Parts: sequence; C-alpha cells; structure tokens
Amino acid sequence: MALLEVKELGISFGGLRAVDDFHMTIEQGQLYGLIGPNGAGKTTVFNLLTGVYKPTDGYILLDGENITGKKTIEINQHGIARTFQNIRLFDELTVLDNVKVGLHNHYSYSTLTGILRLPKYYKIEKEMDARAMELLKVFDLDQEADYKASNLPYGKQRKLEIARALATEPKLLLLDEPAAGMNPHETQELMKTIRFVRDEFHMTILLIEHDMKLVSGICEELTVLNFGQILTEGETSTVLNDPKVITAYLGE
Amino acid sequence: MRQMNIKALNKTTKSNIVTYGIVILAYLIMEILMRAGVVSSLLQGLLVPLCTYVILAVSLNLTVGISGELSLGHAGFMCVGAFSSAFFSKCMQEVIPVSGIRFFLAILIGAAFAALFGVVVGIPVLRLRGDYLAIVTLAFGEIIKNVVNVIFLGKDSRGFHISMKDAFSMGLEPEGEVIINGPQGITGTPNDSNFLVGIILILITLFIVINLVNSRTGRAIMAIRDNRIAAESVGIHITKYKLLAFTISASLAGVAGVLYAHNLSTLAAQSKNFGYNMSIMILVFVVLGGIGNIRGSIIAAVVLTLLPELLRSLNDYRMLMYAIVLIATMIFTSSPGGQAFRERYSLKRLIGQRKETKEAE
Repeated sequence: MALLEVKELGISFGGLRAVDDFHMTIEQGQLYGLIGPNGAGKTTVFNLLTGVYKPTDGYILLDGENITGKKTIEINQHGIARTFQNIRLFDELTVLDNVKVGLHNHYSYSTLTGILRLPKYYKIEKEMDARAMELLKVFDLDQEADYKASNLPYGKQRKLEIARALATEPKLLLLDEPAAGMNPHETQELMKTIRFVRDEFHMTILLIEHDMKLVSGICEELTVLNFGQILTEGETSTVLNDPKVITAYLGE
Repeated sequence: MRQMNIKALNKTTKSNIVTYGIVILAYLIMEILMRAGVVSSLLQGLLVPLCTYVILAVSLNLTVGISGELSLGHAGFMCVGAFSSAFFSKCMQEVIPVSGIRFFLAILIGAAFAALFGVVVGIPVLRLRGDYLAIVTLAFGEIIKNVVNVIFLGKDSRGFHISMKDAFSMGLEPEGEVIINGPQGITGTPNDSNFLVGIILILITLFIVINLVNSRTGRAIMAIRDNRIAAESVGIHITKYKLLAFTISASLAGVAGVLYAHNLSTLAAQSKNFGYNMSIMILVFVVLGGIGNIRGSIIAAVVLTLLPELLRSLNDYRMLMYAIVLIATMIFTSSPGGQAFRERYSLKRLIGQRKETKEAE
C-alpha cells in the first residue's frame, strides 16, 4: 500500500480553481518531486496536504487513513511534517529549543510539573535535550545549539527547519523549495542532506523545487503542475525531457 | 558539547537566581533601613503597593513579553481579585480569626476568580491580534471596573442579597450588613497584607513565571509568539497555550489585587486604581523594563513607582522630569547609539576583557 494517496483533490477560492483533479501516489521511502512554473499551485497542494486549506473535492489517504479536511495539528500528529518556502523558525528561541518545540508532542509532562519542577520535569527535559542534540548533530548544527535561531546563516536556518520537522517524527516530510536562495555550493550540500535524511530516517520525502539540478539529482519521480492541473507525471528523466514540460517552463 | 549544554542551562539558572536574589536583597535592605528608622512613613506606606506593582508587571510580562499579546485590561483582573478576596475576608472575619489562614484562602480565591475571568474574557478575545486585542482588552477592563461599581451586596439572617440598583433595593433586614456598597466599595477589609507577605508573593509569582517560561509549556507559548503557522505545523495547540498564558497572567494579577485590597481599609473601584490608567502604567513597566525581560519589569516597576516620590522636591516640574526620565531610558535601552554605548562599556565585557588578558598572561 502506498504511504500517501491523493485522489481527485481540488480547491476553489471563489471562482478561481487553484488546484483541480490532483492525484498523487507516493510509496514508502520515495523521494518525490512536485514541480511547475510560478503560480502553478504547488504550495497550495502542500497547504491542502497539511490542512492549512480544506479541499473542496477529493480525498487524501496517509498510510490508509483518511486525513482529508483535518486540522493542521491533527495532520501533524498523523505524520506529515513540513518546511516553508519562506523560512519560519522560532526566531527568539535557541536552536536547541526550536527542535525541542518539534518534540513537544512526543515528550510530555504537565504544566504544573513544569512549574513545580517535579523530578519528572528533569527526567523528561534531559531526554528531550539528548534527542534534540542527536538531531542537531545529524544536521551539523550541534555547535550552534545555544545560538538564537535568527542568528544562524541562511543555509543553516533551512537545515534547522528540516531538523525541527523531523523532530515531530513524521512518516512523510514535505519540503517547500528547500534550495531557494542558496548558492550552488549550499545546494550541493543540501542534496546530500536530503538524501541522507531519506536513508538514515527511512523517510518519505515530497519536495517542491525550482532548481532543476537538485530535482534531477535526487528526485526519483516527478509530478508537474501547470495552472492547477497535472501536466505530466512519471520518472524524473522522462518527465524533464517531455516537450510539454519544457514548453510550460520556457514558453513556445 | 554536552558541557556546552550544561553551561547554557547554568546561564539561565544563574540569571534566575540573580533575579530572586535582587528581590530578597531589596527586602533585607528595606527591613534594616526600617529598623534603623531612616525610612519615612510615606515610603513605608508605599511598600505594599510597590509589591503589588511588581507582581502586576511580572504577570503582564507573561502576556505581553512571553505570549506576545498586547493586553490593556490587566487592571480589570486585578479588580476581580481584589473584590472577590476582600468580600471573602470580610465575610470570614469572624469565622476564621487567624489572619494568616484567612489571607492565604483569600489569595487562592482572588487568584481563582481572576483566572475564571481570564478564561471567560480570553476565549472570545484571543481570536484577535495586535491593536485589536489591545482595544478589546481595554474595553473588558473598563467593563469589569464599571460593573463592580454598580454591585450592591448585603448579608442578613436570610442569606445574601444582591442588587444592581442601590443598597435599599436589596431589602435587607434592619440588622443586615451591606458588604459591597456600589461605588463606595468594600469598607473594613481586614488589614492582612504587609511588606513581608508582598515580598513572598513576588517570589512565588517569579517562581511560577520563570519556571513556566523554562518548561515545555513555556516553549510552546513562545513558539506561538514567534511563528504561529510554524507552531501549528509542528503540532502545537495554539488556542490552548495562548489561553493558558493569558489565564495564568490574569490569575497572578488577581493575586496582586488581593495584596492591594488587604492593604486598604476602603476598597473602591475607581479609574485611578482599576481603570485603564493603571493598565497602561503596568504596560509602561513592562515596556520600559524590556518586553520579555522579567528582571527588567521588576526594576522598572520599582523605579517608576519611587521616582515621582523622589522627585517630590521638584514640585511643579515633577511630572516633567518623570517624562524626561522615561524618554532617556528608552533612548538608552533601544536606540542603536545607546545599544552600541552599552555594548562598549558593559560590565560583562569589561570583566571578560580582564579575564582574557589574565589568561593571555
């Protein structure tokens, strides 16, 4: 059974049909790409998958469970985590605390335990610290654990966002333009990181990207969106050589 | 690396211990000065209100600094705490003669009622953000104060009577007693609070706020403040944590109200003690002390309460000077020039440099 199955998904904003008859099947462990020209509706699809928007039609199955129309929080608890096109970190918190917020639902003690500093507080906080440091180490951020998140350089902020998303222990990770604003060197490094995350965490990853080098370098399958509809889909090399796709990107 | 982690932990713990230490030290100094008899009676009378303001400033900092919501209704929650607890103390004056126990219960009741109002006000109001939230909380604060002003509550052998019109329409028996007398408020509240109690309450408030901030709940609250959408995407329940912060903040303001009420023989809801003037004054403490900076709001509350008294000798120019001091502080703490100056001449850096040179030797 596929990890993510999307059928006939659609949303209208008033008279505008932003996404229409969208479908997608992603297998466990796949690295899947969603591409398309600006305004094609890629981020809208992400927002539908994560419950930011409620779809007007269709359904979304995650691991066989119907998550259509659920709230963002519930969908996260079902196992979808995401990063954002414009980085959204908790700027005033430390790098470590950013990841610890991601761990929020997996390590729990009550507010009163926290205020009264009962033994459970120390025990769980220690576990959280250890787990968060482990994740930071994977992304080579452990030296900056005490920095304020906003003081990190751009590339590291992107990495921290991925680390935070992984802290919620998702089944499916959505990356919205992870290479946006990165230089070629940083992009190279990011590709390595994404591949590493997939192999190390056995993660299934769906990403939106404009950087074709990155897409062709790591994605196994692609879906191309144009004007809210699927233009074509299939294996990366076939799709990228499809004249329809080239026309959509470059024009006639 | 593990070590670095421990160091970071120690840094916050250390700074918290300093905060507690400042409060205790201030108490000891005042106590010694009072024993020595150098403190004027005017200043002595100011000590309990000072504690009230510090608690209010710390609790509002939880809403404004930690939760990031601009609330201008804090005096309203203080009002709820003050009246509910004063009512309780007055009724129980004969039943519980030990003032310590009575006051302890009064604090719990004041905190509980203020928390209840926090929830009731918070549920509709926290849907708003920014200026809109400020406007609505301001209105709620005024509503609470004005409603308290028209409550008449009396007790006789048949039980409690309540009216929103006047004292006569309650239909009390001749030997009945009016407890809350509308705009005249509650008279004869037992005088249970003193400076020591105030300091203890400050320490408890600090304990609650500081520990909350450095816990899982506090992280969630600050995450929502920093980025609501991202917080939601990692599974943080926005409404729950915002409401929680608002309620705890309201309940602590209620405790400040209890302290305030039990320091006065007559408690009446006027615009100068429970109106928006008060709410804005608390906000000034928080802003001037640094939004989110708990130690700062304590210091700001103390300085800004004492300043008008210290400037009393300037007579007519008093408020003028007050404004100048406020502006100067803001420039010093927030302007780029002021920050550069502070960085260059900060105590920490001067000490650090000395250490470095020592190490180099």
